[in-house]
Amino acid sequence: MTRRIAVVTAGLSQPSSTRLLADLLAGATDRAFRLAGEQTDIAVIELRDLAHAITDHLMTGFPSGPLVDALAAVRDADALIAVTPVFSASYSGLFKSFFDVLEDGTLEGKPVLVAATAGTARHSLVLDFAMRPLFAHLRAHVVPTGVFAASEDFGAAGAAGGLTARAERAGRELADAVLGRSRAGRVDPFDNPTPFEQLLGGQGT
Amino acid sequence: MQLGIFTVGDVTTDPTNGSTPSEHERIKATVAIAKKAEEVGLDVFATGEHHNPPFIASAPTTTLAYIAAQTSRIILSTSTTLITTTDPVLIAEDYAKLQHLADGRVDLMMGRGNTGPVYPWFGKDIRDGIPLAIENYHLLRRLWREEAVSWEGKFRTPLQGYTSAPRPLDGVPPFVWHGSIRSPEIAEQAAYYGDGFFANHIFWPSTHTQQMVGLYRRRFEHYGHGSADQAVVGLGGQVFMRRNSQDAVNEFRPYFDNAPVYGHGPSLEDFMAQTPLTVGSPQQVIERTLGFRDYVGDYQRQLFLMDHAGLPLKTVLEQLDLLGEEVVPVLRREFAALKPAHVPDAPTHASLVEAGRTEEVPA
Repeated sequence: MTRRIAVVTAGLSQPSSTRLLADLLAGATDRAFRLAGEQTDIAVIELRDLAHAITDHLMTGFPSGPLVDALAAVRDADALIAVTPVFSASYSGLFKSFFDVLEDGTLEGKPVLVAATAGTARHSLVLDFAMRPLFAHLRAHVVPTGVFAASEDFGAAGAAGGLTARAERAGRELADAVLGRSRAGRVDPFDNPTPFEQLLGGQGT
Repeated sequence: MQLGIFTVGDVTTDPTNGSTPSEHERIKATVAIAKKAEEVGLDVFATGEHHNPPFIASAPTTTLAYIAAQTSRIILSTSTTLITTTDPVLIAEDYAKLQHLADGRVDLMMGRGNTGPVYPWFGKDIRDGIPLAIENYHLLRRLWREEAVSWEGKFRTPLQGYTSAPRPLDGVPPFVWHGSIRSPEIAEQAAYYGDGFFANHIFWPSTHTQQMVGLYRRRFEHYGHGSADQAVVGLGGQVFMRRNSQDAVNEFRPYFDNAPVYGHGPSLEDFMAQTPLTVGSPQQVIERTLGFRDYVGDYQRQLFLMDHAGLPLKTVLEQLDLLGEEVVPVLRREFAALKPAHVPDAPTHASLVEAGRTEEVPA
Protein backbone atom coordinates (compact mmCIF):
# COMPACT_ATOMS: atom_id res chain seq x y z
CA MET A 1 0.00 0.00 0.00
CA THR A 2 0.97 3.66 -0.22
CA ARG A 3 2.24 5.39 2.89
CA ARG A 4 2.02 9.15 3.17
CA ILE A 5 5.15 10.90 4.40
CA ALA A 6 5.10 14.60 5.28
CA VAL A 7 8.45 16.39 5.24
CA VAL A 8 8.57 19.73 7.06
CA THR A 9 11.67 21.74 6.26
CA ALA A 10 12.41 25.13 7.77
CA GLY A 11 15.48 26.22 5.83
CA LEU A 12 15.38 29.83 4.66
CA SER A 13 18.16 30.16 2.11
CA GLN A 14 18.10 29.05 -1.52
CA PRO A 15 19.54 26.53 -2.00
CA SER A 16 19.05 25.27 1.52
CA SER A 17 21.18 22.65 3.25
CA THR A 18 18.18 21.95 5.47
CA ARG A 19 16.17 21.06 2.37
CA LEU A 20 19.11 18.98 1.17
CA LEU A 21 19.05 16.98 4.39
CA ALA A 22 15.25 16.70 4.21
CA ASP A 23 15.50 15.23 0.72
CA LEU A 24 18.21 12.82 1.84
CA LEU A 25 15.98 11.58 4.66
CA ALA A 26 12.90 11.37 2.46
CA GLY A 27 14.87 9.29 -0.05
CA ALA A 28 16.16 6.96 2.65
CA THR A 29 12.66 6.54 4.04
CA ASP A 30 11.27 5.83 0.60
CA ARG A 31 13.90 3.13 0.04
CA ALA A 32 13.10 1.51 3.37
CA PHE A 33 9.41 1.31 2.50
CA ARG A 34 10.14 -0.09 -0.95
CA LEU A 35 12.28 -2.83 0.60
CA ALA A 36 9.23 -3.76 2.63
CA GLY A 37 7.07 -3.82 -0.50
CA GLU A 38 5.32 -0.52 0.17
CA GLN A 39 4.95 2.68 -1.83
CA THR A 40 5.31 6.21 -0.51
CA ASP A 41 3.63 9.48 -1.27
CA ILE A 42 5.96 12.23 -0.09
CA ALA A 43 4.71 15.78 0.54
CA VAL A 44 7.44 18.33 1.16
CA ILE A 45 6.35 21.40 3.11
CA GLU A 46 8.71 24.38 2.79
CA LEU A 47 7.93 26.61 5.74
CA ARG A 48 9.54 29.59 4.01
CA ASP A 49 6.63 29.62 1.57
CA LEU A 50 4.16 29.60 4.46
CA ALA A 51 5.85 32.18 6.70
CA HIS A 52 3.19 34.89 6.26
CA ALA A 53 0.32 32.44 6.60
CA ILE A 54 1.83 30.99 9.79
CA THR A 55 2.12 34.48 11.30
CA ASP A 56 -1.47 35.23 10.29
CA HIS A 57 -2.58 32.01 11.97
CA LEU A 58 -0.83 33.07 15.18
CA MET A 59 -2.81 36.33 15.04
CA THR A 60 -6.21 35.05 13.92
CA GLY A 61 -6.34 31.51 15.26
CA PHE A 62 -7.17 29.83 11.96
CA PRO A 63 -5.17 28.78 8.91
CA SER A 64 -5.50 30.34 5.48
CA GLY A 65 -4.60 29.42 1.92
CA PRO A 66 -1.84 26.85 1.40
CA LEU A 67 -1.29 26.53 5.15
CA VAL A 68 -4.62 24.66 5.33
CA ASP A 69 -3.22 22.05 2.95
CA ALA A 70 0.11 21.87 4.75
CA LEU A 71 -1.54 21.27 8.13
CA ALA A 72 -3.79 18.64 6.57
CA ALA A 73 -0.79 16.94 4.96
CA VAL A 74 0.91 16.66 8.36
CA ARG A 75 -2.31 15.52 10.03
CA ASP A 76 -3.01 12.85 7.44
CA ALA A 77 0.57 11.61 7.07
CA ASP A 78 1.60 8.18 8.29
CA ALA A 79 4.96 9.61 9.31
CA LEU A 80 6.67 12.98 9.59
CA ILE A 81 10.20 14.07 8.85
CA ALA A 82 10.93 17.39 10.59
CA VAL A 83 14.08 19.30 9.70
CA THR A 84 15.19 22.68 11.02
CA PRO A 85 18.28 24.83 10.83
CA VAL A 86 19.80 25.74 14.19
CA PHE A 87 19.19 29.40 15.03
CA SER A 88 20.54 30.77 18.32
CA ALA A 89 21.12 27.35 19.84
CA SER A 90 17.72 25.87 18.99
CA TYR A 91 15.20 25.17 16.23
CA SER A 92 14.27 28.25 14.25
CA GLY A 93 11.35 30.44 15.31
CA LEU A 94 9.52 29.67 12.09
CA PHE A 95 9.88 25.94 12.68
CA LYS A 96 8.49 26.30 16.20
CA SER A 97 5.65 28.55 15.02
CA PHE A 98 4.51 25.90 12.56
CA PHE A 99 4.24 23.35 15.34
CA ASP A 100 2.57 26.00 17.53
CA VAL A 101 -0.32 26.28 15.09
CA LEU A 102 -0.81 22.55 14.56
CA GLU A 103 -4.06 21.47 16.12
CA ASP A 104 -3.76 19.66 19.43
CA GLY A 105 -3.34 15.93 19.04
CA THR A 106 -2.20 16.07 15.42
CA LEU A 107 1.06 14.28 16.13
CA GLU A 108 -0.18 11.94 18.84
CA GLY A 109 1.51 8.58 18.29
CA LYS A 110 2.75 9.60 14.84
CA PRO A 111 6.24 8.34 13.93
CA VAL A 112 8.55 11.35 13.58
CA LEU A 113 12.13 11.58 12.41
CA VAL A 114 13.90 14.67 13.74
CA ALA A 115 16.81 16.29 11.96
CA ALA A 116 18.74 19.55 12.03
CA THR A 117 21.48 21.42 10.23
CA ALA A 118 24.03 23.93 11.45
CA GLY A 119 27.32 25.49 10.46
CA THR A 120 29.28 23.43 12.95
CA ALA A 121 28.92 20.14 14.80
CA ARG A 122 28.98 22.01 18.11
CA HIS A 123 25.18 22.39 17.76
CA SER A 124 24.47 18.69 17.34
CA LEU A 125 22.82 18.32 20.76
CA VAL A 126 19.95 20.49 19.49
CA LEU A 127 18.30 17.22 18.49
CA ASP A 128 18.24 15.93 22.03
CA PHE A 129 17.92 19.15 23.98
CA ALA A 130 15.37 20.97 21.80
CA MET A 131 13.77 18.74 19.17
CA ARG A 132 13.01 15.70 21.30
CA PRO A 133 11.40 17.64 24.16
CA LEU A 134 9.22 19.49 21.64
CA PHE A 135 7.98 16.29 20.02
CA ALA A 136 7.65 14.54 23.37
CA HIS A 137 5.32 17.36 24.38
CA LEU A 138 3.34 16.82 21.18
CA ARG A 139 3.20 13.12 22.11
CA ALA A 140 4.79 12.05 18.85
CA HIS A 141 6.62 8.77 18.50
CA VAL A 142 10.16 9.99 17.75
CA VAL A 143 12.40 7.31 16.25
CA PRO A 144 15.70 6.63 18.06
CA THR A 145 17.98 8.01 15.38
CA GLY A 146 17.97 11.75 14.84
CA VAL A 147 20.12 13.13 12.06
CA PHE A 148 22.28 16.19 12.52
CA ALA A 149 24.30 17.58 9.63
CA ALA A 150 26.95 20.26 10.00
CA SER A 151 28.17 21.89 6.81
CA GLU A 152 31.25 19.66 6.79
CA ASP A 153 29.11 16.50 6.86
CA PHE A 154 27.90 17.16 3.34
CA GLY A 155 31.46 16.69 2.10
CA ALA A 156 32.64 14.00 4.47
CA ALA A 157 33.48 10.45 3.41
CA GLY A 158 30.53 8.07 3.54
CA ALA A 159 31.99 5.62 6.08
CA ALA A 160 29.84 3.73 8.56
CA GLY A 161 29.20 6.81 10.65
CA GLY A 162 28.73 9.18 7.69
CA LEU A 163 25.70 11.31 6.96
CA THR A 164 24.25 8.95 4.35
CA ALA A 165 24.55 5.95 6.64
CA ARG A 166 22.83 7.86 9.46
CA ALA A 167 20.08 8.94 7.10
CA GLU A 168 19.53 5.36 5.89
CA ARG A 169 19.30 4.06 9.44
CA ALA A 170 16.87 6.82 10.42
CA GLY A 171 14.74 6.13 7.34
CA ARG A 172 14.60 2.40 8.21
CA GLU A 173 13.56 3.21 11.77
CA LEU A 174 10.83 5.54 10.52
CA ALA A 175 9.48 2.93 8.11
CA ASP A 176 9.62 0.25 10.81
CA ALA A 177 7.69 2.48 13.19
CA VAL A 178 4.97 2.97 10.59
CA LEU A 179 4.80 -0.69 9.58
CA GLY A 180 4.94 -1.95 13.15
CA ARG A 181 2.05 0.08 14.47
CA SER A 182 -1.62 -0.51 13.89
CA ARG A 183 -3.25 2.35 12.02
CA ALA A 184 -6.07 3.35 14.29
CA GLY A 185 -8.12 5.98 12.49
CA ARG A 186 -8.65 9.41 14.01
CA VAL A 187 -11.95 9.75 15.79
CA ASP A 188 -13.87 12.64 14.22
CA PRO A 189 -15.97 14.29 16.98
CA PHE A 190 -18.34 15.61 14.32
CA ASP A 191 -19.11 12.13 13.03
CA ASN A 192 -19.30 10.55 16.44
CA PRO A 193 -20.17 13.18 19.03
CA THR A 194 -20.04 12.08 22.63
CA PRO A 195 -23.68 11.39 23.53
CA PHE A 196 -24.94 14.06 25.87
CA GLU A 197 -25.99 11.62 28.55
CA GLN A 198 -22.32 10.70 28.81
CA LEU A 199 -21.29 14.37 29.05
CA LEU A 200 -23.87 14.92 31.75
CA GLY A 201 -22.30 12.09 33.73
CA GLY A 202 -25.46 10.78 35.26
CA GLN A 203 -26.85 14.04 36.59
CA GLY A 204 -29.70 14.09 34.05
CA THR A 205 -33.14 14.11 35.57
CA MET B 1 -35.77 36.42 11.16
CA GLN B 2 -34.49 38.47 14.07
CA LEU B 3 -31.87 41.03 13.09
CA GLY B 4 -29.76 42.82 15.63
CA ILE B 5 -26.36 43.75 16.96
CA PHE B 6 -24.00 42.47 19.61
CA THR B 7 -21.14 44.12 21.44
CA VAL B 8 -18.17 42.86 23.41
CA GLY B 9 -17.73 46.20 25.19
CA ASP B 10 -14.08 46.76 24.39
CA VAL B 11 -12.39 50.05 25.28
CA THR B 12 -10.03 50.51 22.36
CA THR B 13 -7.95 53.47 21.23
CA ASP B 14 -9.16 55.00 17.98
CA PRO B 15 -6.12 54.38 15.76
CA THR B 16 -6.92 57.36 13.54
CA ASN B 17 -6.53 59.98 16.27
CA GLY B 18 -5.07 58.20 19.31
CA SER B 19 -8.03 59.01 21.54
CA THR B 20 -9.33 56.42 23.98
CA PRO B 21 -12.82 56.68 25.47
CA SER B 22 -13.04 56.59 29.26
CA GLU B 23 -14.88 53.66 30.78
CA HIS B 24 -17.71 56.05 31.57
CA GLU B 25 -17.90 57.21 27.95
CA ARG B 26 -17.84 53.64 26.63
CA ILE B 27 -20.55 52.50 29.06
CA LYS B 28 -22.78 55.42 28.07
CA ALA B 29 -22.01 54.80 24.41
CA THR B 30 -23.19 51.21 24.80
CA VAL B 31 -26.54 52.47 26.05
CA ALA B 32 -26.76 55.00 23.20
CA ILE B 33 -26.00 52.22 20.71
CA ALA B 34 -28.69 49.97 22.16
CA LYS B 35 -31.30 52.76 22.06
CA LYS B 36 -30.31 53.56 18.50
CA ALA B 37 -30.70 49.88 17.59
CA GLU B 38 -34.32 50.00 18.68
CA GLU B 39 -34.87 53.36 16.98
CA VAL B 40 -33.69 52.08 13.59
CA GLY B 41 -35.89 49.00 13.82
CA LEU B 42 -33.53 46.23 14.93
CA ASP B 43 -34.93 43.28 16.89
CA VAL B 44 -32.09 42.35 19.25
CA PHE B 45 -29.35 44.04 21.28
CA ALA B 46 -26.87 41.72 22.99
CA THR B 47 -23.95 42.55 25.24
CA GLY B 48 -20.97 40.40 26.09
CA GLU B 49 -19.59 39.70 29.53
CA HIS B 50 -15.99 40.25 30.50
CA HIS B 51 -14.37 40.73 33.87
CA ASN B 52 -11.15 42.47 32.99
CA PRO B 53 -9.82 45.57 31.23
CA PRO B 54 -10.00 46.68 28.45
CA PHE B 55 -13.68 45.68 28.63
CA ILE B 56 -16.59 47.43 30.34
CA ALA B 57 -18.93 44.48 29.87
CA SER B 58 -19.12 43.19 33.43
CA ALA B 59 -22.50 43.34 35.22
CA PRO B 60 -24.50 42.72 32.03
CA THR B 61 -27.91 42.65 33.71
CA THR B 62 -27.29 46.13 35.13
CA THR B 63 -26.64 47.40 31.62
CA LEU B 64 -29.55 45.51 30.10
CA ALA B 65 -32.01 46.62 32.79
CA TYR B 66 -30.99 50.24 32.28
CA ILE B 67 -31.52 49.83 28.53
CA ALA B 68 -34.82 48.03 29.12
CA ALA B 69 -36.09 51.06 31.01
CA GLN B 70 -35.39 53.29 28.02
CA THR B 71 -36.68 51.03 25.25
CA SER B 72 -39.99 49.33 24.60
CA ARG B 73 -39.63 46.78 21.83
CA ILE B 74 -36.10 45.46 21.33
CA ILE B 75 -35.12 42.02 22.73
CA LEU B 76 -32.21 42.20 25.18
CA SER B 77 -29.74 39.36 25.10
CA THR B 78 -26.18 38.38 25.95
CA SER B 79 -23.15 37.52 23.86
CA THR B 80 -22.25 35.66 25.94
CA THR B 81 -23.20 34.88 29.55
CA LEU B 82 -20.28 33.10 31.19
CA ILE B 83 -21.91 29.88 32.31
CA THR B 84 -18.53 28.51 33.37
CA THR B 85 -17.41 31.07 35.95
CA THR B 86 -20.72 32.61 37.01
CA ASP B 87 -22.73 30.84 39.69
CA PRO B 88 -25.85 29.45 37.99
CA VAL B 89 -27.82 30.40 41.09
CA LEU B 90 -26.97 34.07 40.41
CA ILE B 91 -27.72 33.74 36.69
CA ALA B 92 -31.13 32.27 37.53
CA GLU B 93 -31.95 35.22 39.81
CA ASP B 94 -30.46 37.98 37.68
CA TYR B 95 -32.14 37.06 34.43
CA ALA B 96 -35.49 36.19 35.97
CA LYS B 97 -35.42 39.67 37.56
CA LEU B 98 -34.46 41.20 34.23
CA GLN B 99 -37.35 39.35 32.56
CA HIS B 100 -39.80 40.98 34.95
CA LEU B 101 -38.32 44.45 34.55
CA ALA B 102 -38.19 44.15 30.75
CA ASP B 103 -41.64 42.55 30.43
CA GLY B 104 -40.18 39.42 28.90
CA ARG B 105 -37.90 41.04 26.32
CA VAL B 106 -34.99 38.88 27.44
CA ASP B 107 -33.07 35.86 26.26
CA LEU B 108 -29.51 34.64 26.86
CA MET B 109 -26.61 33.12 25.05
CA MET B 110 -24.39 30.82 27.07
CA GLY B 111 -20.65 30.87 26.47
CA ARG B 112 -17.50 29.76 28.20
CA GLY B 113 -15.44 32.95 27.89
CA ASN B 114 -12.02 33.32 26.35
CA THR B 115 -9.88 35.05 28.98
CA GLY B 116 -7.87 32.34 30.71
CA PRO B 117 -7.29 34.03 34.09
CA VAL B 118 -11.02 34.69 34.56
CA TYR B 119 -11.36 31.06 35.61
CA PRO B 120 -8.95 31.21 38.57
CA TRP B 121 -10.21 34.70 39.50
CA PHE B 122 -13.62 33.14 39.99
CA GLY B 123 -12.26 30.02 41.65
CA LYS B 124 -12.53 27.71 38.64
CA ASP B 125 -10.13 25.73 36.47
CA ILE B 126 -10.09 26.44 32.74
CA ARG B 127 -9.52 22.75 32.05
CA ASP B 128 -13.03 22.19 33.41
CA GLY B 129 -14.54 24.58 30.84
CA ILE B 130 -16.83 22.05 29.17
CA PRO B 131 -17.84 20.15 32.34
CA LEU B 132 -18.59 23.52 34.02
CA ALA B 133 -20.75 24.64 31.09
CA ILE B 134 -22.66 21.37 31.22
CA GLU B 135 -23.19 21.05 34.96
CA ASN B 136 -23.93 24.74 35.58
CA TYR B 137 -26.41 24.99 32.75
CA HIS B 138 -28.24 21.86 33.81
CA LEU B 139 -28.64 23.34 37.28
CA LEU B 140 -29.73 26.70 35.84
CA ARG B 141 -32.52 25.01 33.88
CA ARG B 142 -33.77 23.26 36.99
CA LEU B 143 -33.68 26.47 39.04
CA TRP B 144 -35.94 28.14 36.50
CA ARG B 145 -38.30 25.20 36.12
CA GLU B 146 -38.57 23.63 39.58
CA GLU B 147 -39.86 25.31 42.73
CA ALA B 148 -37.72 23.43 45.24
CA VAL B 149 -34.41 22.24 43.91
CA SER B 150 -32.29 19.67 45.68
CA TRP B 151 -29.07 19.26 43.84
CA GLU B 152 -25.51 18.13 44.25
CA GLY B 153 -22.77 18.50 41.66
CA LYS B 154 -19.03 18.76 41.28
CA PHE B 155 -18.51 22.50 41.12
CA ARG B 156 -20.63 24.32 43.70
CA THR B 157 -22.19 23.94 47.11
CA PRO B 158 -25.12 21.49 47.16
CA LEU B 159 -28.66 22.83 47.40
CA GLN B 160 -31.45 21.36 49.51
CA GLY B 161 -34.98 22.49 48.77
CA TYR B 162 -33.76 25.76 47.26
CA THR B 163 -36.18 28.06 45.45
CA SER B 164 -34.76 30.66 43.10
CA ALA B 165 -36.52 34.01 43.30
CA PRO B 166 -38.06 35.75 41.55
CA ARG B 167 -39.65 32.97 39.56
CA PRO B 168 -39.42 33.44 35.77
CA LEU B 169 -42.01 35.82 34.32
CA ASP B 170 -45.29 33.99 33.61
CA GLY B 171 -43.54 30.79 34.70
CA VAL B 172 -41.62 30.79 31.42
CA PRO B 173 -37.79 30.82 31.58
CA PRO B 174 -35.92 32.96 29.06
CA PHE B 175 -35.05 31.22 25.80
CA VAL B 176 -31.41 30.13 25.75
CA TRP B 177 -28.88 29.99 22.95
CA HIS B 178 -25.54 28.26 23.30
CA GLY B 179 -22.57 29.89 21.65
CA SER B 180 -19.40 28.10 20.61
CA ILE B 181 -16.82 28.38 17.89
CA ARG B 182 -15.40 24.89 17.69
CA SER B 183 -16.53 22.68 20.58
CA PRO B 184 -18.83 19.89 19.39
CA GLU B 185 -19.92 19.28 23.01
CA ILE B 186 -21.68 22.65 23.04
CA ALA B 187 -23.56 21.98 19.79
CA GLU B 188 -24.51 18.65 21.34
CA GLN B 189 -25.69 20.42 24.51
CA ALA B 190 -27.89 22.86 22.58
CA ALA B 191 -29.37 19.99 20.57
CA TYR B 192 -30.05 17.85 23.64
CA TYR B 193 -32.22 20.51 25.25
CA GLY B 194 -33.75 21.79 22.02
CA ASP B 195 -32.21 25.20 22.78
CA GLY B 196 -30.85 27.58 20.16
CA PHE B 197 -27.31 27.38 18.84
CA PHE B 198 -25.37 30.52 17.99
CA ALA B 199 -22.21 30.44 15.89
CA ASN B 200 -19.73 33.25 16.54
CA HIS B 201 -19.16 33.60 12.81
CA ILE B 202 -17.09 36.78 13.04
CA PHE B 203 -13.41 36.10 13.49
CA TRP B 204 -13.46 32.59 12.04
CA PRO B 205 -13.87 30.90 8.67
CA SER B 206 -17.33 29.83 7.61
CA THR B 207 -16.18 26.19 7.65
CA HIS B 208 -16.20 26.29 11.48
CA THR B 209 -19.78 27.56 11.42
CA GLN B 210 -20.92 25.05 8.86
CA GLN B 211 -19.46 22.12 10.81
CA MET B 212 -20.93 23.22 14.14
CA VAL B 213 -24.38 24.10 12.80
CA GLY B 214 -24.48 20.86 10.82
CA LEU B 215 -23.77 18.83 13.96
CA TYR B 216 -26.32 20.81 16.00
CA ARG B 217 -29.04 20.31 13.40
CA ARG B 218 -28.43 16.53 13.14
CA ARG B 219 -28.45 16.07 16.88
CA PHE B 220 -31.49 18.36 17.35
CA GLU B 221 -33.41 15.91 15.18
CA HIS B 222 -31.81 12.92 16.97
CA TYR B 223 -33.11 14.18 20.33
CA GLY B 224 -36.62 14.49 18.93
CA HIS B 225 -37.14 18.25 18.93
CA GLY B 226 -38.16 18.38 15.28
CA SER B 227 -36.49 17.97 11.92
CA ALA B 228 -32.94 19.21 11.46
CA ASP B 229 -34.09 22.22 9.46
CA GLN B 230 -36.34 23.28 12.34
CA ALA B 231 -33.45 23.74 14.76
CA VAL B 232 -32.96 27.30 16.01
CA VAL B 233 -29.78 28.82 14.63
CA GLY B 234 -28.20 32.23 15.14
CA LEU B 235 -25.13 33.69 13.48
CA GLY B 236 -22.76 36.53 14.17
CA GLY B 237 -21.49 38.81 11.49
CA GLN B 238 -19.26 41.82 11.16
CA VAL B 239 -19.82 44.66 8.71
CA PHE B 240 -18.72 48.19 7.96
CA MET B 241 -20.62 50.14 5.34
CA ARG B 242 -20.54 53.32 3.34
CA ARG B 243 -22.70 53.97 0.29
CA ASN B 244 -19.54 53.84 -1.82
CA SER B 245 -17.76 50.59 -1.04
CA GLN B 246 -14.26 52.02 -1.52
CA ASP B 247 -15.05 54.69 1.09
CA ALA B 248 -15.98 51.91 3.50
CA VAL B 249 -12.69 50.09 2.87
CA ASN B 250 -10.59 53.24 3.24
CA GLU B 251 -12.33 54.33 6.42
CA PHE B 252 -12.35 50.92 8.09
CA ARG B 253 -8.81 49.84 7.18
CA PRO B 254 -6.96 51.57 10.07
CA TYR B 255 -9.47 50.10 12.53
CA PHE B 256 -9.02 46.67 10.99
CA ASP B 257 -5.23 46.89 10.87
CA ASN B 258 -5.05 47.76 14.58
CA ALA B 259 -8.03 45.77 15.87
CA PRO B 260 -7.48 43.89 19.14
CA VAL B 261 -8.37 40.44 17.80
CA TYR B 262 -6.95 40.20 14.30
CA GLY B 263 -4.94 43.40 13.89
CA HIS B 264 -1.35 43.29 12.59
CA GLY B 265 -2.13 39.94 10.98
CA PRO B 266 -3.73 39.30 7.60
CA SER B 267 -4.77 42.08 5.26
CA LEU B 268 -8.32 43.38 5.27
CA GLU B 269 -8.87 41.84 1.85
CA ASP B 270 -7.55 38.42 2.94
CA PHE B 271 -9.62 38.49 6.11
CA MET B 272 -12.76 39.40 4.17
CA ALA B 273 -12.13 36.40 1.92
CA GLN B 274 -11.40 34.07 4.85
CA THR B 275 -14.13 35.11 7.28
CA PRO B 276 -17.66 36.55 7.04
CA LEU B 277 -16.36 40.12 7.53
CA THR B 278 -17.91 42.43 4.93
CA VAL B 279 -16.62 45.95 4.36
CA GLY B 280 -18.39 47.69 1.51
CA SER B 281 -21.73 49.04 0.35
CA PRO B 282 -25.09 48.15 1.94
CA GLN B 283 -25.83 46.10 -1.16
CA GLN B 284 -22.66 44.05 -0.64
CA VAL B 285 -23.63 43.46 2.98
CA ILE B 286 -27.08 42.29 1.89
CA GLU B 287 -25.70 39.87 -0.67
CA ARG B 288 -23.06 38.43 1.65
CA THR B 289 -25.53 38.02 4.51
CA LEU B 290 -28.13 36.29 2.36
CA GLY B 291 -25.33 33.94 1.30
CA PHE B 292 -24.84 32.70 4.90
CA ARG B 293 -28.05 30.75 4.40
CA ASP B 294 -26.30 28.66 1.73
CA TYR B 295 -24.15 26.91 4.32
CA VAL B 296 -26.25 26.99 7.52
CA GLY B 297 -29.75 26.63 6.07
CA ASP B 298 -32.71 28.80 7.08
CA TYR B 299 -31.83 30.43 10.35
CA GLN B 300 -33.53 32.56 12.92
CA ARG B 301 -31.20 35.25 14.22
CA GLN B 302 -28.48 37.40 12.68
CA LEU B 303 -26.44 39.67 14.95
CA PHE B 304 -23.82 42.08 13.66
CA LEU B 305 -20.75 43.32 15.52
CA MET B 306 -20.67 47.07 14.80
CA ASP B 307 -18.92 48.92 17.62
CA HIS B 308 -15.49 47.44 18.29
CA ALA B 309 -11.88 48.24 17.44
CA GLY B 310 -12.08 51.87 18.55
CA LEU B 311 -14.76 53.06 16.12
CA PRO B 312 -16.14 56.34 17.50
CA LEU B 313 -19.74 56.46 18.71
CA LYS B 314 -20.72 58.86 15.95
CA THR B 315 -19.54 56.40 13.30
CA VAL B 316 -21.28 53.48 14.98
CA LEU B 317 -24.57 55.39 15.05
CA GLU B 318 -24.16 56.21 11.34
CA GLN B 319 -23.56 52.51 10.71
CA LEU B 320 -26.76 51.66 12.56
CA ASP B 321 -28.68 54.16 10.41
CA LEU B 322 -27.40 52.43 7.29
CA LEU B 323 -28.15 49.01 8.76
CA GLY B 324 -31.68 50.00 9.76
CA GLU B 325 -32.57 51.96 6.65
CA GLU B 326 -30.94 50.06 3.82
CA VAL B 327 -29.97 46.57 4.98
CA VAL B 328 -32.42 45.22 7.52
CA PRO B 329 -35.65 45.85 5.59
CA VAL B 330 -34.26 44.02 2.56
CA LEU B 331 -32.86 41.14 4.64
CA ARG B 332 -36.15 40.80 6.50
CA ARG B 333 -38.09 40.62 3.25
CA GLU B 334 -35.68 38.30 1.43
CA PHE B 335 -35.14 35.87 4.31
CA ALA B 336 -38.91 35.67 4.88
CA ALA B 337 -39.52 34.92 1.22
CA LEU B 338 -36.93 32.12 1.26
CA LYS B 339 -37.98 30.44 4.51
CA PRO B 340 -40.32 27.42 4.19
CA ALA B 341 -43.43 27.52 6.38
CA HIS B 342 -42.39 24.59 8.59
CA VAL B 343 -39.21 26.37 9.74
CA PRO B 344 -40.05 28.20 12.98
CA ASP B 345 -39.10 31.74 13.99
CA ALA B 346 -36.86 32.22 17.02
CA PRO B 347 -38.86 31.76 20.22
CA THR B 348 -39.82 34.93 22.10
CA HIS B 349 -41.35 35.29 25.53
CA ALA B 350 -44.80 35.69 23.96
CA SER B 351 -44.41 32.60 21.80
CA LEU B 352 -43.12 30.52 24.73
CA VAL B 353 -46.05 31.63 26.90
CA GLU B 354 -48.39 30.69 24.09
CA ALA B 355 -46.68 27.31 23.62
CA GLY B 356 -46.97 26.68 27.38
CA ARG B 357 -50.72 27.21 27.18
CA THR B 358 -51.21 24.69 24.42
CA GLU B 359 -48.90 21.94 25.61
CA GLU B 360 -47.24 20.67 28.73
CA VAL B 361 -43.52 21.34 28.33
CA PRO B 362 -41.31 18.98 30.35
CA ALA B 363 -38.38 20.40 32.27
